[in-house]
Amino acid sequence: MDFEFTEEELAFREEVENFARSEMPREIEEKAYLWPGGYGTLPIFEKEFEEFCRNFFLKLGKKGWLSLGWPEKYGGVNSIVKQAIVDDVLSYHRAPCAHAATSIVAPTLMRFGSDEMNNIWMPGIINGTTSFWLGYSEPDVGSDLGSVKTTAVKDGSEYVVNGQKIWSSGAHVTDYCWLLAKTDDSSKHKGMSLFIVDNNTPGVTIKPITNIAGIDSFNEVFFDDVRVPEKNLVGEKNNGFYYVMSALEHERIVIGFGTFRRILDELTQYVKEKKKAVGNTREYEEARNIIALMAIEVEVLKSFFWRTVWMMDNGHKANIEASALKLFCSELGVSLSNSAVDILGLYGQIDKGTKWTQFGGRAGIGYLDSISGPIGAGASEIQRVLIATRGLGLPRG
Amino acid sequence: MNFALTKEQKMLQKSIRQYIKKKCPNSLVKELAASEKGYSPELWKEMAELGWMGLVFPDEYEGSNFSFFDLVLFFEEMGYNICPGPLFSTLVLSGLPILNYADNKLKSEILPQISTGEIILTMAVTEENADYIPSSIKTSAIKEGDEYIINGTKLFVNDAHVSDYILCVARTDETPNPEDGVTLFMVNAKTPGVEISLMKNVTLEKPCEVKFENVKVPAKNIIGKLNNGWMIVNDTIEKAALVKSAEMIGGARGTMDLALQYAKERVQFQRPIGSFQAVQQHFANMWLGINGCRDLVYLAASKTAKGEHAEKEIAMAKARTGKIFREVTTLGHQIFGAIGYTMEHDMHLYRRQALSGDITFGNTYSQLDKIAVSLGL
Ligand SMILES: Cc1cc2nc3c(=O)[nH]c(=O)nc-3n(C[C@H](O)[C@H](O)[C@H](O)COP(=O)(O)OP(=O)(O)OC[C@H]3O[C@@H](n4cnc5c(N)ncnc54)[C@H](O)[C@@H]3O)c2cc1C
Repeated sequence: MDFEFTEEELAFREEVENFARSEMPREIEEKAYLWPGGYGTLPIFEKEFEEFCRNFFLKLGKKGWLSLGWPEKYGGVNSIVKQAIVDDVLSYHRAPCAHAATSIVAPTLMRFGSDEMNNIWMPGIINGTTSFWLGYSEPDVGSDLGSVKTTAVKDGSEYVVNGQKIWSSGAHVTDYCWLLAKTDDSSKHKGMSLFIVDNNTPGVTIKPITNIAGIDSFNEVFFDDVRVPEKNLVGEKNNGFYYVMSALEHERIVIGFGTFRRILDELTQYVKEKKKAVGNTREYEEARNIIALMAIEVEVLKSFFWRTVWMMDNGHKANIEASALKLFCSELGVSLSNSAVDILGLYGQIDKGTKWTQFGGRAGIGYLDSISGPIGAGASEIQRVLIATRGLGLPRG
Repeated sequence: MNFALTKEQKMLQKSIRQYIKKKCPNSLVKELAASEKGYSPELWKEMAELGWMGLVFPDEYEGSNFSFFDLVLFFEEMGYNICPGPLFSTLVLSGLPILNYADNKLKSEILPQISTGEIILTMAVTEENADYIPSSIKTSAIKEGDEYIINGTKLFVNDAHVSDYILCVARTDETPNPEDGVTLFMVNAKTPGVEISLMKNVTLEKPCEVKFENVKVPAKNIIGKLNNGWMIVNDTIEKAALVKSAEMIGGARGTMDLALQYAKERVQFQRPIGSFQAVQQHFANMWLGINGCRDLVYLAASKTAKGEHAEKEIAMAKARTGKIFREVTTLGHQIFGAIGYTMEHDMHLYRRQALSGDITFGNTYSQLDKIAVSLGL
């Protein structure tokens, strides 16, 4: 066993690090909230950073860094480790590095899409010009994704879509919907299909929803007689639910591992400075212990993360590991915010951008945002059931 | 032994619950929290008419004569249905020390005005270090004739921006033992040299920075005795920690009830989510957490109401309740799923209350030392 990166991987880390230093403005790095494990404080959702993020994706596309884990034919080098290095290093700098197009849409298209479809969609994803949002959840459809009610009915060479999606992260800042809709009423899971829908199609209405942190990160999206060309059907009709499930593994390794390291480093730095200013107080002793405990958890996450990445790179099934990774990292996001609030005390409530702000104003926002981690992309309760049933073979309740 | 509340106490609880539910729905809570003032002057007047402002004052100050234990029950219900405003600052942080330590002249001048809802007060303790220890009090008050001149900066002073008076904790002497040189002054907030600004934050509270620049205060505005103020401050902060714990329990109960109702209604996989064992475990944990804290709070309150020393019990109540309220809101959010993560929903109001409640008057970690000391460690 060897926990170290190879020479080549180390050199690549260095390259990504240099890129981040030159391309990521310090001001944005310092101002962006980006709490680890949360879904609502990504830089692209903060209005002032939206345009920067779009351009940054183009730069990543140019570098070929959005597609590293994919086969050569799709602009990649078949290295999920390299993909993960980009995620780790860039997210440490609070730079955008992945989105639904790269973590879900592309892996699904490469596996199940026709060549014709991939020729249309993959180039834009690879070069960072095409972005997607995920149209899965509905007002009555959360954990039970099998009960989608939005319908797509065939009419000539088109499908006509009617229904409503909700919690659609980034629908207001992306171009296309990755839509899960009902195409056959006679069967539950087997009656759903995946479609690509242009946000600008007549009948699509996108309404932003303000999240707990005060940021418009997700949306309600209404579909009224939206006409989608048949060629935008992904893979085979009525197979959509299985495509969605098989892409989860890819989604779950995009955890922004660097954001965890960053918060641990900054919290440590905060306590060091506090000690310089106030001396060796009882609070300092307690803060040290809190940080030491968090450092253990971040180290655990590190192993979970790289082990899962390694498994996927080497052709091992990592379903359970990916579930565990998602579960662990989102709950660690909550613990880290608790630690930050405990250490900052009264300062924990102060937002960014004031003269009293400490720790970048992230403690309070992190405390609010972090609760999204254990809910989004498959709630903790569901992940635990998956680990216990699929992973450990316990009977289903 | 008797674990029951009296009939009067139950009535008090019920009337508060009904009033706040009717007059301060969560839509108003959000509006008030987003407004600069942070409270509703109309509700303030009405609550005074109901006798709540002078809840624990005797008749002679137009009070309602309730006990300290009743005050604890009162704030527990105020936490259940949230009602933002300077009530805590006025009644607990200012009303109590004036009632217990001010001279008669000051009491008969100020307390009736509190009872009738004419004035708002707050206490300014914390400074840059953001803690409640006497060595952190750097704001100075220097005698000049019949007056004291105050200089310094206070931080995290809730509601100062709407207060008529600020009880300022200032250093009047440099002594080997830092608590021996602290005095409590009642400062008219309109005095020249007082400068107040709101500190932008993420809770429903309105913390302020209060700068004192050569602020003149008459010597007769000292509450208690010169250089004897820390005892008063400490007593007030302890009581405040206890009342805040009660308010947090109310909030935790409010969170659980909100989530309970939802868990019965929300259907996934053709069943109410409350029928899933994973969800049921969350509720059992909430119940245990809340009810364990509730008795810690009542124990500390009943000791305090009898005039007994309850430093350890209060520290235990505050240490555990702050942590549990935060945990209960984490679980509450978990049960609501995505909808609870929106600004439009009510769940985040409790989440924010749990943050401000926990970090004010000493969080879990800063209470632990008191408990260890009381155990002889
Ligand atoms: C910040 C954020 C961003 C999101 N972005 C997107 C997006 O871009 N696109 C999209 O489609 N969706 C998105 N979602 C929605 C997300 O996928 C759902 O929130 C998630 O699937 C849970 O569904 P729900 O919120 O409806 O909760 P529910 O399914 O109603 O669950 C409520 C509670 O019940 C529990 N529960 C439900 N079923 C069971 C069970 N069988 N056993 C035990 N417990 C159970 C859950 O674990 C949870 O605690 C986002 C959510 C958030 C919070």
